[in-house]
Formats: sequence, structure tokens, C-alpha cells
Amino acid sequence: MQARSALLLGSLSAALVAFALTSPRVVAADKVDPVADAKAFQNFFFQKFPDVKHEDFVNGPYSMNEDMKRQWQEKEEFPPYEFALDAGKEMFSTPFKNGKTYADCFPNGGIGIRQNYPYFDEKEGKVVTLELALNRCREANGEAPYSYVKDEMASLTAYMAFTSRGKPMDIRIPDDPRALAAFENGKRYFYTRRGQMNFSCAGCHVQSPGERIRAEILAPALGILNAMPIYRSEWSGMGTTSRRFVTCNSQTRAVPLEPQADEYRDVEYFLSYVANGLPISGPGARP
Amino acid sequence: MKLSLPLAMLLAFSLAPAARAANEADYKAAYATAEAASKEAAGMRNQWTVTVSALAAARKAADGGDFDRAVAASKEAEALAKASIFQATSEKEAWKAMEIR
Repeated sequence: MQARSALLLGSLSAALVAFALTSPRVVAADKVDPVADAKAFQNFFFQKFPDVKHEDFVNGPYSMNEDMKRQWQEKEEFPPYEFALDAGKEMFSTPFKNGKTYADCFPNGGIGIRQNYPYFDEKEGKVVTLELALNRCREANGEAPYSYVKDEMASLTAYMAFTSRGKPMDIRIPDDPRALAAFENGKRYFYTRRGQMNFSCAGCHVQSPGERIRAEILAPALGILNAMPIYRSEWSGMGTTSRRFVTCNSQTRAVPLEPQADEYRDVEYFLSYVANGLPISGPGARP
Repeated sequence: MKLSLPLAMLLAFSLAPAARAANEADYKAAYATAEAASKEAAGMRNQWTVTVSALAAARKAADGGDFDRAVAASKEAEALAKASIFQATSEKEAWKAMEIR
């Protein structure tokens, strides 16, 4: 009888010790910790590509392939996004019908602020992207919103990105459970497989950067939004972050969400936050 | 009484259930089932483009009076929609395995 009690007591003690040892890890794994996530995310890429300079990741496929990089550097002498950049500058300074301009809607007159977008708006309880803020600015001044996927929106964001070139991405996550939830939701979206092809964003841009998918070289996820908006030869034109998400979804044979859907805003928040410290390089050019 | 082989075959074929061509009612039933599954997938924010295409193909075939093809496309759409529902359900937890930690 004594032996049985000792066995029971021993088993209970062992179970308690095991619980005590494992429970903090379970809690830590479930806790939303953007700082730890960003550190792990960056380390993954730094270790996977030890020869790539950290600030070079923002150049997407060019950071993965020397030949492509040389071609791109030559192309940068007359970059294909130049027309959009000029158009964006002019649009940015042209007053609305009420006499106000975009500068009236943004801190620092909208110059050199790209690295702070998207941000979490504590009043609204949601993520606000630069594209969304621009259209809200237009609507607040009695103007019709632009398409989120190309043309005017790409030109405006190209100009704003250009004024921030070289500035490190600086996304804040306020101490607000809704902001943490948005970050987590963005992370979930990034890693979730979708479409008939059963691809996630991470399937290409975490598992296979530098590899070819048909004729293209996949860009690393780290810093992928720092170059937005981009001129894509495949599109024969400019495209915004919204266009990039919509196109990625379509390529996996998933029906894209509406531009600026909560999921897209959140995944932009996640991807931008984990690229904190890396320079803005937009507008960019891609094959 | 001895049945000749040709007569026996004729009897056998005439008694066998004939493969019936699909009619409009068959199409409507198949399409309704596929559409319901497709709506469920869309509600999960995980609609597939191929499901939408298969549903459109079913409608087009039905409009042209080809109910066999319309039923086949509806069934394909249903299968695709169900696969997308399965994907959305399993990914609720499975995405965590991909996460960089």
C-alpha cells in the first residue's frame, strides 16, 4: 500500500514539475509579441542569406541574384517609374477644388513620412495604410477617391515614398490589444495557405526567396514593402501595395479580397513592422 | 424453347437501365448544391477563382440547353468549393506550423 502511495505521489510530483516547466512556454508561444516576432523574422533572412547586406533586402530579387542586380542598377539611370514620380509630385502639390492640398492632411506636410505607414489608429481601432489615408484625404476635401490598385494612387505613393528614401521603416504598435490583434491577424494572413494552388505568402517569400518560379526570381519577404509602389514590367505599369496583394491572391487561384480589406491592411502592418530598421527604397522597379 | 443469342442480347439491352440525359431539374439541383458550398467558402473569405469559373461554365451550358455539361460543371464547382472549405478549416491551425519563431 505504501509503495502504491509513493508511486502515486511520485507521478503527481512529476506531472506537476512537467506542467510547471512547460506552461510558461505555452503561454509565451500564444502571447502576441511583435518585438520577438520581428527579431526572429529578420534573423531568419540574415542567417539564410549571410552574404546579403541587411539594407539590400529591400531590393527584392536583385538582392538574391548578381546578374539581375547589375541589370537593375543600369536601368536605375533611367528608371521606368520616373513618369509616375513626376506625375505624383505634380498631383501632390496641385490644390483640390477647395484650395487645400494633400500636405494639409499629413504630418510634416506629407514629406518624408512614408516610413511611418501603415499605423494603428487608436480612435478607429484599425490599421490605416498610406493609400487609405490618401483617399480619406481626398474625400474629406470633396474629391472622389482613386482606384487603390494603379495609376494616380501609384503616382502619389511613389512621390511620397521617394521623399522618404533611405529612411528606416519605423512602424509602431501601441499598447492596445486591438493593435496587437491586427498584427497577429496580419501574421496569420501571411502564413495561411489559400487558393487552389494551396500557396501562402510565406510559401513563396519565406520558403523560396532567390528561387525561380517560372521565369521570375522570388523576392524575400523581409523588406518587400519598403520598395512599394513598383513599376512592374509584367504589368507594363505601376502598381500599389494593394495591387501586389490582389495579384498574389489571383496567382494562387484565390478570389482576391477587396483592396484595403481589413486582412490586407493587417498583413501590410505585419510585413512593415517586421521590416523596421530597413530603409525605404520605393518607388521600385521589378521584372 | 431455345433463345437465340441475338434475341437474348436484345432482351438484355432492353431491360438494362438506359443512361438518361440530364434535364433542367437535374441541373438546377446540382447547381443549387454547388452554389451553397461556394457561398459557404466565400463566407470564410476563401473563395477560389476556379469555383467561380466552374459555376459560370455551368450557367453557360444550361443557357445553351446542354444539361449534361451543366450538371458536370456544377458538380466540379461543388467539389472545388468543398476543397476550399476544407482548406480554410484546416488552415485555422495549420498556418502556425509555417511561422518563423
